[in-house]
Amino acid sequence: MEVENKKKYWNKNLKYLAILLSIWFLVSFVCGILFVEELNTIRIGGFKLGFWFAQQGAIYVFVILIFVYIRLMNKLDKEFGFNEK
Amino acid sequence: MSIQVWTWILVGITFTLYIGIAIWSRAGSTKEFYVAGGGVSPLANGLATAADWMSAASFISMAGLISFNGYDGSVYLMGWTGGYVLLALLLAPYLRKFGKFTVPDFIGDRYYSNVARSVAVFCAILVSFTYVAGQMRGVGLVFSRFLEVDINTGVIIGMIIVLFYAVLGGMKGITYTQVAQYCVLIFAFMVPAIFISIQMTGNPIPQLGFGGVDENGVYLLDKLDGLHKELGFAAYTSGSKSTLDIFLITAALMFGTAGLPHVIVRFFTVKRVVDARKSAGWALLFIAILYTTAPAISLFSRTNLIETVSNKEYETLPKWFGNWEKTGLIKFDDKNNDGKVQYLADVVKNELIVDKDIMVLANPEIAGLPNWVIALVAAGALAAALSTAAGLLLVISASVSHDLIKKMINPNISEKGELVAARLAAVVAVCVAGYFGIHPPDFVAATVALAFGLAAASFFPAIVLGIFSKRMNKEGAILGMSVGILSMLFYMMKFKFDWFGGGTKEDWWFGISPEGFGTLAMIANFIVSIIVSRCTPVPPKEVVAIVENIRIPSGAGEATH
Repeated sequence: MEVENKKKYWNKNLKYLAILLSIWFLVSFVCGILFVEELNTIRIGGFKLGFWFAQQGAIYVFVILIFVYIRLMNKLDKEFGFNEK
Repeated sequence: MSIQVWTWILVGITFTLYIGIAIWSRAGSTKEFYVAGGGVSPLANGLATAADWMSAASFISMAGLISFNGYDGSVYLMGWTGGYVLLALLLAPYLRKFGKFTVPDFIGDRYYSNVARSVAVFCAILVSFTYVAGQMRGVGLVFSRFLEVDINTGVIIGMIIVLFYAVLGGMKGITYTQVAQYCVLIFAFMVPAIFISIQMTGNPIPQLGFGGVDENGVYLLDKLDGLHKELGFAAYTSGSKSTLDIFLITAALMFGTAGLPHVIVRFFTVKRVVDARKSAGWALLFIAILYTTAPAISLFSRTNLIETVSNKEYETLPKWFGNWEKTGLIKFDDKNNDGKVQYLADVVKNELIVDKDIMVLANPEIAGLPNWVIALVAAGALAAALSTAAGLLLVISASVSHDLIKKMINPNISEKGELVAARLAAVVAVCVAGYFGIHPPDFVAATVALAFGLAAASFFPAIVLGIFSKRMNKEGAILGMSVGILSMLFYMMKFKFDWFGGGTKEDWWFGISPEGFGTLAMIANFIVSIIVSRCTPVPPKEVVAIVENIRIPSGAGEATH
């Protein structure tokens, strides 16, 4: 039971990591680098979109990603009883 | 009051504060010396990590680098922040659960081998020394420009201050001074940025002013693209490096950030695994404040610079131009003798050379801000350099006293003896760092890239595989780290120092710069580690138990030997 529980917890953790790291890759490497020229044809106010991702947007998303991760993991810890008081 | 008087006052106040904190938070045990007793709150640790991380390079040089490279400068912005996502998700919580004092501790125990531990100690010391030399130089530079003392005297003053609080307080002293230093440096960075943003766009938030319009209703970014085109430079928003190189450099900086020992060790100072996650979140938030402001400053100062000097009579230029000319950071050579400054991309006709470092330091002067703001920037730059230097010195001292002496040479050393050894090692490290600050080797600039490449090529794969693969054994890790480090060193030495036959830009493999090569060296490490580990014996049962244990957050307990 205990072993089974730990395995389930770990797999769920890996799933979260896969999703969050995909977003991490998307906003920086895809939007900010690989497809920057294509996105630069779209404008948001004074910014070309690709340039904005590379110098602003990616960083905002990084911060949000970590706080989402903290929330998800705190919930997961509680669910499995691995949280500490 | 003059700039100089203001600078003496602000530097005096901040230095007194740092010393006061050091006396208040003396370290009494090795645990306090290495990990601040393990009871730092996540918020304080986030602040300290941010100051620890943001060095003289972030504060002084980065906005200038982006200013001159435009879009290409994005590698630093994404690279030096994206690494924190990796750190928070893949390393920090598990290393905190592991609960030891240093990075070589983890490598040595997880790979049940003193060879692996020694390789890790070597990397930690190499990475930290290359980094710290630049910080001491930064301290000297600020002193010489703003206080008009000799650059060497500046380095020595910086050494004494760091010596005082790092040796006395260890990690405990460093942590609380770093909290104060973050406040000083972020205030010093934001005040001029807000002033200039209002001046140029009417918007007090630099991140928004970045996409704002000037008094004629033209978007600033479009205006600068236009100015660049007129003068023959590449468009500011598109850059000139190849996509492959941008990709690899960004990745190397990200993975390198996640593998830097002085950053990782900060997560050992909190109580629980939850706190390690939280402090990574706080740290990145505090870092992001500076990192999203920096590119706005780059745009403002670049536009300001071009508009102030381009095609203007030399005689009518403002006073700051002469001030910085004296330091040699601005050079003007009237090639066509028309008395005007021609600032052009064409090297033959160009008459002006501007050093990247002055874009932040001279920015308040260029924008005509009050003297106290200019002095504040000096105090902020010192805070950034000193906080990073202290964090690095602690890694060096812990590597010597804990990993080398306690774990390998003399395991019977007493608690008191180890503490003395740690302090002595810190003193020696400060002196070596000071020596490099006074006699900077030519390769300092080149080796910062090396530090990130090395961290990415050595620590990152070894730690991540150690957590996420139970099958990973010592043979795989040792060979993987060696291949990673050696290939990185080879490529750097070949193309930066002209060893092994040297080579120019044209000879780069697939057009990959040495800065970006760290990513390939890291991939090589991963591949070698995985293949070798599958062909050699499985790790012992106790080690598999360690891995299973660190994957579960509860019961972290206190950091121990």
